[in-house]
Amino acid sequence: MSTISAQQLVERALAASTTDAQITYVTEHSEANLRWAGNSLTTNGAMRSRSVVVISFLDGGAGMASGTVSRTGTPDVAELVAASERAARDAGPAEDAVPLVSEAPPGTGDWSADPAETSIRVFAEFAPALGQAFGEARDRGELLFGFAEHSMSTTYLGTSTGLRLRTDQPAGRVELNGKSPDFARSVWSGTSTRDFRDVSVGALAAEVEQKMRWSQRRVDLPAGRYETLLPPSAVSDLMIYLYWTMEARDADEGRNVFARQGGGNRIGDRLAELPLTLRSDPAAPGLETAPFQVVPASSGAASVFDNGLAAPAIDWITDGVLTNLVRPRAWALEQTAPATVAVDNLILEDRSATVAPADMVASTERGLLLTTLWYIREVDPQTLLLTGLTRDGVFLVEDGEVTGAVNNFRFNESPVDLLSRAVQASRTERTLPREWNDWFTRAAMPMLRVPDFNMSSVSPAS
Amino acid sequence: MPQTRSVDESFLALPLSALTDAALTRALDLGCEHADIRVERIRTQMISLRDARPEAVTDGEDLGLAVRVVHEGTWGFAAGVVLTAAEAVRLAEEAVAVATVSAAINSDRVELAPEPVHRDVTWVSDYEIDPFDLPDTEKTALLTEFSERLLAADGVEHVQSSCMHVKEQKYYADTAGTRTRQQRVRIHPEFTALTVDRATGSFESMRTLAPPAGRGWEYLTGGSWNWAQELAEIPELLREKTKAPSVEAGRYDLVIDPSNLWLTIHESIGHATELDRALGYEAAYAGTSFATVDKLGTLQYGSPLLQVTGDRTTPNGLSTVGWDDEGVAGQEWDIVQDGVLVGYQVDRNMARLRGLPRSNGCAFADSPGHVPVQRMANVSLRPAPDGPSTDEIIGGVERGIYVVGDKSWSIDMQRYNFQFTGQRFYRIENGTLAGQLRDVAYQATTTDFWGSMSVVGGPQTYVLGGAFNCGKAQPGQAAPVSHGCPTARFDQVSVLNTVQEGGR
Repeated sequence: MSTISAQQLVERALAASTTDAQITYVTEHSEANLRWAGNSLTTNGAMRSRSVVVISFLDGGAGMASGTVSRTGTPDVAELVAASERAARDAGPAEDAVPLVSEAPPGTGDWSADPAETSIRVFAEFAPALGQAFGEARDRGELLFGFAEHSMSTTYLGTSTGLRLRTDQPAGRVELNGKSPDFARSVWSGTSTRDFRDVSVGALAAEVEQKMRWSQRRVDLPAGRYETLLPPSAVSDLMIYLYWTMEARDADEGRNVFARQGGGNRIGDRLAELPLTLRSDPAAPGLETAPFQVVPASSGAASVFDNGLAAPAIDWITDGVLTNLVRPRAWALEQTAPATVAVDNLILEDRSATVAPADMVASTERGLLLTTLWYIREVDPQTLLLTGLTRDGVFLVEDGEVTGAVNNFRFNESPVDLLSRAVQASRTERTLPREWNDWFTRAAMPMLRVPDFNMSSVSPAS
Repeated sequence: MPQTRSVDESFLALPLSALTDAALTRALDLGCEHADIRVERIRTQMISLRDARPEAVTDGEDLGLAVRVVHEGTWGFAAGVVLTAAEAVRLAEEAVAVATVSAAINSDRVELAPEPVHRDVTWVSDYEIDPFDLPDTEKTALLTEFSERLLAADGVEHVQSSCMHVKEQKYYADTAGTRTRQQRVRIHPEFTALTVDRATGSFESMRTLAPPAGRGWEYLTGGSWNWAQELAEIPELLREKTKAPSVEAGRYDLVIDPSNLWLTIHESIGHATELDRALGYEAAYAGTSFATVDKLGTLQYGSPLLQVTGDRTTPNGLSTVGWDDEGVAGQEWDIVQDGVLVGYQVDRNMARLRGLPRSNGCAFADSPGHVPVQRMANVSLRPAPDGPSTDEIIGGVERGIYVVGDKSWSIDMQRYNFQFTGQRFYRIENGTLAGQLRDVAYQATTTDFWGSMSVVGGPQTYVLGGAFNCGKAQPGQAAPVSHGCPTARFDQVSVLNTVQEGGR
């Protein structure tokens, strides 16, 4: 390992500052992964890295400017600080300039402790269990595909205003995809985890096995609008896209789905008939994430000036009504509205819901039960119309029972519209977003019943 | 004037030989059949402006090393960021440990197709001005000036601008004796004009068509793209788009401009002819392919006019290299000939599996911290040698739509069903353009779509498009890739009205 600690690097960078202010953060990252296809390993890896990010702030007379420079490893601190200060000097005054944060947010970690770390050994029990699942799949004449990853990031953030903040982010994900040898039948299960201690290969394999059984009978259905049960993973991928679009400034400027006709934004509008609440909470059990902001580059949704700002629990939609949009402090000042921070987890819940997803299947006369969604892309930002595919299991439900597997579909739907049309939600459970889990793994969602989901065309893919 | 470029001294000065000796010696001592080491330094700058004012300037450098081994028939991979011989030894040991843990789930013995040894070779991409040699002030000033031109135009309320440029330096060495040193530069400037109608609550945007390119800063200042003309035209094109009628859904003959068609090629041919997808390696993530190996040589991919090549050699191509990340020299080969599937993109392990004499050089890792996987070559549609101009193709269409610029894209996991939108759509009536249309998306199945290609434009219509951010593999990796194509005509393609699709 490096001889200079992350904390020492932060202190040296701050000490080398010659400008008005500086924020430096160092992230120590380690990760390990296994990937498999057709009941055998394909790739794997164990990686360690350290990134050092220096943001310098300088007022050349016309207003405060910032410059960000990042390097991996153990860079020359004097050179790095000088490069960052040159970048700030070369940049024009920043529109999002506000005084740096000086008040420490609650809930941060032990500054002086060593960084957390993971290694390939996190899979010591998982790998043999997976090998056993491969054997069982082979015996059933089925193939397993998938991926398991564990990572650990420790970030030390220091500011010239006196903050010394630390946060640890463990993250893990497992995806298990079962197929028939001709690839014609394909199903999926997946989970997120913080430490792999709560991952049961047996439970994931059992879900795959059950869905492969459901897929024995094939039913071809045409495009059209169907009563559809969206399971938590599918709901999470749609809600994450909605969350990524919740920028207050874009809305205030009339350029996203949350803009109000005639000017302003749609805060206060009812979006859902059900009492659905969409919220983020850095302390949500199993979904814990950084309680303060770490921002390398400003955008409409975040500002480098807000580094270290507390990221408390927040409702975005409360009982069906839009209550907050993402608003950095500078835009909040401009609009005399509260500053808000996008926390790195997302929960959708109907607090009055009592049924489990299985109960919703049991109470369905005729409808489609999805597994996951894929290749979700924005078609029309005006309505947030998204397109995408159903993937790895569209099941026909008749009289409360799964009676067969249906072909895949391309859908065209807006998550904003879906919220207004959902007629039932289950209890909320932790889920792994299928489409976005490269970027977003911490989600808890209900199953949603939509009476008229738009399956735009048939996809022959399996 | 073309200049002879060399790999930067500051990269060559890294202890490349010492790291190589330490890692490869340790790997061989531990009984590995094969070992390789990569040292990479990737410099990335992103400048973004909102309404012609600075939003963010970030300058990042990712420097690290990785050791990959084949140990008792199983892969092992380890990566780190400390460039010392001791760390190289540790990574060799860690890679073997990864192979050992993984052996419990491995049943396919890894073997690599042979490749001639490339001892001590160097390659540098075609560019004139290294963007990292210029002061930020100069770059920001030009982007600000371009943005201000758009913002000053009537009806343009907002302008979003960005420029991302990358310098990638890569050293590769393996136990067979290959040693390669490479440097590539690429750039992607983008300008988007937005108009907002507060009264109706509607908004619309239009983006420059300039593709990302394997070029330097001269892309913005030289003659390879006409920025002045494009920036001057956008405001009027945007105004026309906001007033355009909504399309009537149905079947139309489409004339597709290279600025849109490159992405359709990328999604429906590029990805579908990656052998790792056809074999199922990407089955749980990026997906598989309908173009399976049993159909090689027989699958009618499209009309007999369809000629598609893969290459890692096109000048200014984003996937162009001297050697890939397994030490295989860049090549060019056929993928579709006269409409029939004849080739795949492969790496050394897959070439061996398929009994091919040699890999065609498609291994790529997007960073020192990631393992190389099979990634896309520049997959391009050949123009017809004496083919027509875009105007001539449009002239032959009675009732159709001319599609320009890429925007939204989505395709299924076997690369059958796709849906694309664009920057602008023109109604074609009796061979002439009759104004823009709004709310257009085209949807098709890959082989039907390419089967409906009835006219292929000539070399004068050919443009090299591309993207920086092609996604694949777990952990996710982003690869840059180019696709060249002419304008082409497709008969009776399904066109949707996206407002109706949204249920309104």
